[in-house]
Formats: sequence, C-alpha cells, structure tokens
Amino acid sequence: MDSRIIEQHGLTPDEYDRIVVFMGREPNLTELGIFSVMWSEHCSYKSSRVHLKTLPTEGPQVLQGPGENAGAVDIGDGLAAVFKIESHNHPSFIEPYQGAATGVGGIIRDIFTMGARPIALMNSLRFGALDAPGTRRLLEGVVAGIAGYGNSIGIPTVGGEIAFEPLYAGNVLVNVFCLGVAKTADIIKGVASGVGNAVYYVGAKTGRDGIHGATMASAEFDEKSSEKRPAVQVGDPFMEKLLLEACLEVMQTDTLIGIQDMGAAGLTCSTTEMGSRGGAGVEIDVSLVPQRESGMTPYEIMLSESQERMLLVVKSGREAEVERIFDKWDLHASHIGHVTNDGMLRVKNKGVVVAEIPNRALTDEAPVYHRPMDRPSYLADAQRLDVNAVAAKGYGACASNGEALLALLVSPTICSKNWAYRQYDHMVQTNTVNRPGMGAGVVRVKGTDRALAMSVDGNGRYCYLDPKRGAMLAVAEAARNVACAGAKPLGATNCLNFGNPERPATMWQFAKAVEGIGEACRALGTPITGGNVSLYNETDGRAIYPTPIIGIVGLMEHADRVVSGRFQGTGDVVVLLGEGKGELGGSEYLKTVHDIVAGEPPAIDLAAERTLQELLVELADERLVRSAQDCSDGGLAVVLAECCFGTGGIGVEASIAGVQIGADARMNEAAALFGESASRVVVSTSPDRLTDVLQRAAAKRVPAAVIGQTGGNLLTIAVGGRVAVDLSVDAAERAWSSALERHFSKRVA
Amino acid sequence: MKFAVIVFPGSNCDQDAYYAVTHVLGQQAEMVWHKDASLKGADVVILPGGFAHGDYLRTGAMARFSPIMNAVRSFAESGGPTLGICNGFQVLLEAGLLPGAMLRNRGLKFRCEHVHIRVEHTDTPFTLRCAPGQLLRIPIAHGEGNYYADPQTIASLEKNRQVIFRYTDAGGVVCDEANPNGSVASIAGICNERRNIVGLMPHPERACELSLGSTDGLVILESVVSALTAV
Repeated sequence: MDSRIIEQHGLTPDEYDRIVVFMGREPNLTELGIFSVMWSEHCSYKSSRVHLKTLPTEGPQVLQGPGENAGAVDIGDGLAAVFKIESHNHPSFIEPYQGAATGVGGIIRDIFTMGARPIALMNSLRFGALDAPGTRRLLEGVVAGIAGYGNSIGIPTVGGEIAFEPLYAGNVLVNVFCLGVAKTADIIKGVASGVGNAVYYVGAKTGRDGIHGATMASAEFDEKSSEKRPAVQVGDPFMEKLLLEACLEVMQTDTLIGIQDMGAAGLTCSTTEMGSRGGAGVEIDVSLVPQRESGMTPYEIMLSESQERMLLVVKSGREAEVERIFDKWDLHASHIGHVTNDGMLRVKNKGVVVAEIPNRALTDEAPVYHRPMDRPSYLADAQRLDVNAVAAKGYGACASNGEALLALLVSPTICSKNWAYRQYDHMVQTNTVNRPGMGAGVVRVKGTDRALAMSVDGNGRYCYLDPKRGAMLAVAEAARNVACAGAKPLGATNCLNFGNPERPATMWQFAKAVEGIGEACRALGTPITGGNVSLYNETDGRAIYPTPIIGIVGLMEHADRVVSGRFQGTGDVVVLLGEGKGELGGSEYLKTVHDIVAGEPPAIDLAAERTLQELLVELADERLVRSAQDCSDGGLAVVLAECCFGTGGIGVEASIAGVQIGADARMNEAAALFGESASRVVVSTSPDRLTDVLQRAAAKRVPAAVIGQTGGNLLTIAVGGRVAVDLSVDAAERAWSSALERHFSKRVA
Repeated sequence: MKFAVIVFPGSNCDQDAYYAVTHVLGQQAEMVWHKDASLKGADVVILPGGFAHGDYLRTGAMARFSPIMNAVRSFAESGGPTLGICNGFQVLLEAGLLPGAMLRNRGLKFRCEHVHIRVEHTDTPFTLRCAPGQLLRIPIAHGEGNYYADPQTIASLEKNRQVIFRYTDAGGVVCDEANPNGSVASIAGICNERRNIVGLMPHPERACELSLGSTDGLVILESVVSALTAV
C-alpha cells in the first residue's frame, strides 16, 4: 500500500508492518481505516496503557471498574452509582457548540448503556486568557452546546469548574461527567456472545460526519486544523432522549446480551469491542445500516462517528419484542448482523466480504508503547520561588491586601460562573439539593433516603509545577468537596489531558500525574472506575498545562443532612479545620497580583486529608455544622468571602494566624490570606455545638481553630491581630458575581 | 382525583410532575402517551415541560398534532382543568387553546433560576388557594419564554383578567430588571376566557419540597385539588 495513505491514516511504518503480520496479507483500504481508528491513541490508549495499569481499581464498593462503558459503585439498597468523565477537547476547539454538545451526548450514552438512568451532569472547562482573541467565542459556544444538549434531554447540569490560562488558548479542554443510577442486578455490559444472536443497530442514521474523529483527537493542531471541521459531529438531543427512554425500556426485558453506544470510531469500535469482550466474532452487512446519504462506501460507514447510535446484541428469537419497543418510540431497530464463533470482525456489503480482521488484532493486540520519559528542563527554574524578590518588585495595581482580595474575587478563574450555570437546567428531575457554584453538586436518589455528591477538579498550574503533587491535590480537592457536602467519597473517574506523548517531557508529566492519582486514590479509598485520556493537546508545538481532571462520587445516607457551602445565619461560629502554612507556590494570588506562575504547589499529607474528610462526613451526619467549604484557589480569604456570597449579605468577622515566609510584612500577610495550603475547610456551627465540633476534631487529631463569627454585613479579616481586609459583603459580591459579564461588555465596547 | 400527565416524545419534566402530584400531593396520576386517544378518565390534565419532538421547528409546533391532543382539546374545551407548564404552555399556545406566542428570550440565552411571580387573579382552578397578589418563588428553565401577543390581544387579556402570573422582583414589583425573558407586560402565565386552561413558564412542580429550595409551587397543584373537591 502507498506509504502516503498509511501516513494519512496516522499509522507508522512499524505499525503497518504489524498489521500485515496479523493479517497475513496487505489490508485493503477499509481494513486499513478500521485499524487506523482502533489503533489510534484515542481508542487504543497505546501510550498511556502501561501507566494506567498502575491505578487502583478495586474496592469492596466497586461493582464495575475500568474497561466497560462506565464504572459503577455500590450505594446500598441494591442500587449502583454509574459514572464516568470523558473529554471532547479537539472537536470543541474546532466547533465549540457541536463539539461540546456531542461530548455531553457521548457521556450520557456511556451511562445509560450500562442500564442506568442518568441523573446528573458536570463539566470541567479550560480556556485561554479571558481577554485573548477567540476565548469568548469558544466559551459562549461550549457553554451553549452543553446547555443545548443537557437541557433538552432533561438531565441537570449540577456544577463543575471553569478556568482560564493562556496555555489553553489553542487547545480548550471540555471534560464532561455524567452520573446515573441503576439497579445493581440490572447492570448490562457491552458484550457480544452466543453464536447466532442478532446484532441490531438503533438510532440516528449514519452519515459522513465525524469520519476520523478519533484520529483527529490523536494528533496535534496546526494552522490547517479548521479544515478538520467536517470531522466534528452534529448532535441531536431529541434522538438521544428517545434512545435513552427506549433502551432503558428494552433493558427491563431480558432480551439483551449486551449493548454499546457508538462513540469514537463508531460502528468499528462497537462491533470489535463487544466481540472482543465476549470472546466472539461479529459479522455485519453495511448495506443494512440505515444511511443518511447515498453512495456511502463501507469504509465511510464503518468509520462514521454520527451521533446517537447504539449497537445491541439481542437473544435469538426475541427480536420482535425489541423491535416493538423501539417502534413505540418511533425508532427503527435494524438487524444488521449476528454473533459468530470465529473471533473475527467480518464486514460485508450486500453479502460480499469487504473486511475481515481478527478482533484481537484490533483490541488486545493493539500496539502498546513504553514511550521515553524525561524530566522537563523548565521545572528547576519554575519551581524556584523567592518571595522576597517578588515582594521587592512590588504589588502591581493592588495598594493593599484588601485590594488584592478584590482582584482575586473578580479574576476569571475565581469569579462567579453563574453566567454559565444559569444557562444550564440544573433542576430538572427535581433532585438537585446543592446547586452549581457551591463546591460539590448533590442530587437525592428518589425512592431512598440517600443522596449522591459529586465534584470535578483539577489544577493545571499545580501540575505544570509538579505533576505528581498536582494530581494528588486534584484527587484530594474533589474528594474534599464531596466530603464538605457530607458525603463519603466512594469512587473516582479521571480525564487525563496532556500534550504530545511522543515528547519525553510530556510523557514524564503523564507518568508522574498517574502516579500521583494512584497514590491519592489509594490513600483516600476512592478507586478509579474508569475515565479517558486525551493526548496531543498541542498547537504549533505548544502544549497545554498537564491537566488531570478528577471526578469523585460520594454517598450520603440521609439526603436531608446535606451541608451547604454558604453561611446559614448570623451568630454562628466559624472554625478553620486544618492548618495554613502560607504556601504561595503556583497560587492564584501569585498569578493574579504578581503575574507569576512559580514555586512548588502546596504539600499534601494524604493520611491527614483522609482523616479530615472522615471528620467532615461525621460532622454532617451528626448535624453539627451549618456550612462547610474547602479552601482552594485564592486561599482562606477567598473562601471566607465565598461563604458570605448568596446568603443575602451575611458578613463575617474573622481573625486568622499570621505566617512568616519571608522578610516582607505585606507578603507574609498575603501568604496567610491567600496561601493555598491543602486539607483545609471552613465550617460554621451554632455556638452550642462548638464544643462538640472541637472535641470531634481533637479526637481525630484534625487541627481546628475558631477564627470568627458570622454577622453584620462586612467581610473583615485580621491577620495576627491586624485588620487586613475590611470590605462590604454586598460590594464584594456584586464585583464577584458580575465579573464575567462585565468583562464581556468591556470587550464589546 | 386523577391527574393525567401527557408524555410527548421529548417531554422531560413529565416524571417531575408525576412525582409532585403523587408523592408530594398524594393524588393519583397516570402518564398518558402522546399516541393514546384517551385521557383515561382524568379529572385534571397536565402538559409538562420539556422539548416535545425536539422543538426543532418551533416550540410546541409538532406536539399539537399528537393524537392525544384531540382528547386534550375536548377535555379543555368542555371546562376540564388543564395546566400547561413551560413546554406545555408552549404547546397550548400552538394548539390555539391559549392566545399568543413565544419568542426566544431577550438576551437569546437559556435561563434557569428561581424567579418571583405574582398571582394576579385567584379565580382559576390553579390559583384558587392563593391570596390575591401572593408572591411565589418558583424556578424557570427555558430558552423561549418571551411571551408575545399583539396589542389588541394583550388588551383583551388584561380586560378579561386573563393574565394570571407576572414576573416581579422580590418585593412584588413588576419591573424590567425582574423580567427574565422580555415577555410583554412581564407575563409569566395566562388563562383562557373560560379560566379553566392555565399556562405558565415557571415550573411549580420544581418548587414542591423544601429540600429543593422552595415549596411555593405546591399551592398551584393544591388549588386544583380544592377546585375539584369543592364541586
């Protein structure tokens, strides 16, 4: 075969030689296309697999670990929480609305494919600097796309995070998370088995959209990337709503052997993966596949990534029952093939074989690379932080630390994202207990007393400065958010966004981050149940920050004990759990006020983190705290402000301990206010429960200090006895809540 | 008492309405598929929120052709209490059971948040238990809730006291800032001349339990129970 064609398919000469060995002959073009998508980074995990294998995936609560459409954990009463996070970065950069919309559609399919009804969505988004050209268009498109799909299908988007850093300007990150609930006994998998069982295709017709989407997601961007627009699919949430309801109805019968959605690599991936998992072969005839356009070749049909399509394996003799249910929903179920016992993917066109490949060659035998790794050269410099030198250069436009707090509150990453959240229907299904913008999202589970809390977190700056510690901090923060709501963290899912794995420095970042995730998940008792890897997030040779995003799901036994992130009234005592050490490395403060990204991210003691989280769950369960909010971006001062926001103007008078990190008094004060030391939570409690709270903290050896009281309408923070911040809550909240919109109107003007 | 909740393909608040009626209110309800011909003896009909048939053409435009709409029309036209919520309101407009039309929100964005609405008239089966001028804090969630009708129609709605709910600020004052979507005269909900058909954009079924942030929507469902019990 022409070497140019091989290269266009993203295959190396070595990989092509391997294909010829497996096949015992040269592949034809259709077969080459099938290999190219199945062996793409996106589908094969060829660079990441050796590292992912080291992650903890087991635990008594784990019902389904990685390898299926989604993971599942036991939540009692015979129910399972089914969840996963996935990226749709490349398509969202090229076509933000459809890219994001189809990302949401894809993750929802992964969940209901398991037999679970999806009950909540979340997302983690990264864009370039807010004032950079294109950012607003991308942000508006992505948010509208997420809203357009989630709102229409009727699954609430209950939270998430949005951050802005210049390095994401050429590669936005759109990571979408979905959670569903299934009866454990009803969980169904993506397997094909039983010779002669029928293979059905249901859903939207196949068009030419998205051909080679998986290959696109496995390459860097350059100036020609906008030409790849035809590789982005178009979403139809209405079709997916019908599929969702119809599939869940079919699953109530026992007519199915297995089911899988057609996501990346479409019909190719679903047929081979189902066959491979079931140790069987699958034979289909592409002429029976419903087609949107005429004249499509088998190559195009096999590689199309048209959305809202499912592949079902139906027990022989039960076909009519299945067809009847799909008919009710005006969906046509097409019988396109059957299960065989020869382990082959066999594709026919009007009865003539056009492709014939051993399943194993496409899945288990796909290439695995131990890519070379090398500690990046930038690290030594980047990790060095001389706070005295920073102080000597001055404090920019901020005349005081009070002004610095205001600057942080309106910074794009910290300011209110209500502009986005109110575009998402976050209340449909009437389960949403904690609404977006308050740490974890919480939904109750109807028919039980229970609730599920979830959080997605990541900090690219931390991971840039120390990928292992940054990844540990991401796991810890996501789990801490869930624990703040009062839920016990049960399981994790990860979405690993990195640059080009063929660069040793990127691969080193990847390996270190996976190491960090593994260590943290082991320590915190949250095994990884699935996820997704997105590599090649580079444009013209510049990579994004290494950005692992962690989703954590936690369980609370009593939905009526959910703890809010906001102060609940005046006269409550404010307690800081954990200790601040004034760590400014990689902080939002250094970036916003001093325009510096440097230093080592905060240290983390995972054992102490776990104890803190156990304490939070206990405090919630015993109804001892009225609010709990974790300290992250912007440190203690920002958290105290956020606890006041959305309360109708409840203020706080706080006094916190000083720290000494250098010679400059103002910098020391800033470190106490804005340092981002991990494992800290601000809780509030009524005075009569304070002793109980402090005793329980002491019993677990969690440092706890009374730092203030709620009341008044001012946000006052003294550091080491000297008042450093004195702001009107209303004014601060107005600035924080309107920052994004003000920024947009400024740009228009 | 039995409620019928109409399920169109693409309805997504059907289960929420069913849950509020059965679980919170303790009444009977039945989900009625849009291809059915009969309301199965229901005393009240709810057209729930969602995106019936995907709403790709125009909100509610396809749903009015669903077979069940014949039964809904005869039920409503013979005086049966009929409530259209959000997309259900849009369907009632498209079906001609209520006057006017919906435009895209001013600002062109979907909006989901709690708003305040004022009960303008209590002589409908769905506001019977409200106090005149009562303020309700209820969520909205729509992209096309910008109610429009020509000036004559608006004048006649006002004259006939058919404007049932208006968006207001937290103090109950009608003002432009508190109008979330640009609706003419801040209209959030209206009724027909006979007053048995009510449509509104806010979602009372989402405001029936304290744990979800508000119970102000309950009075709308309780009103129709009272209305029918009183007969």
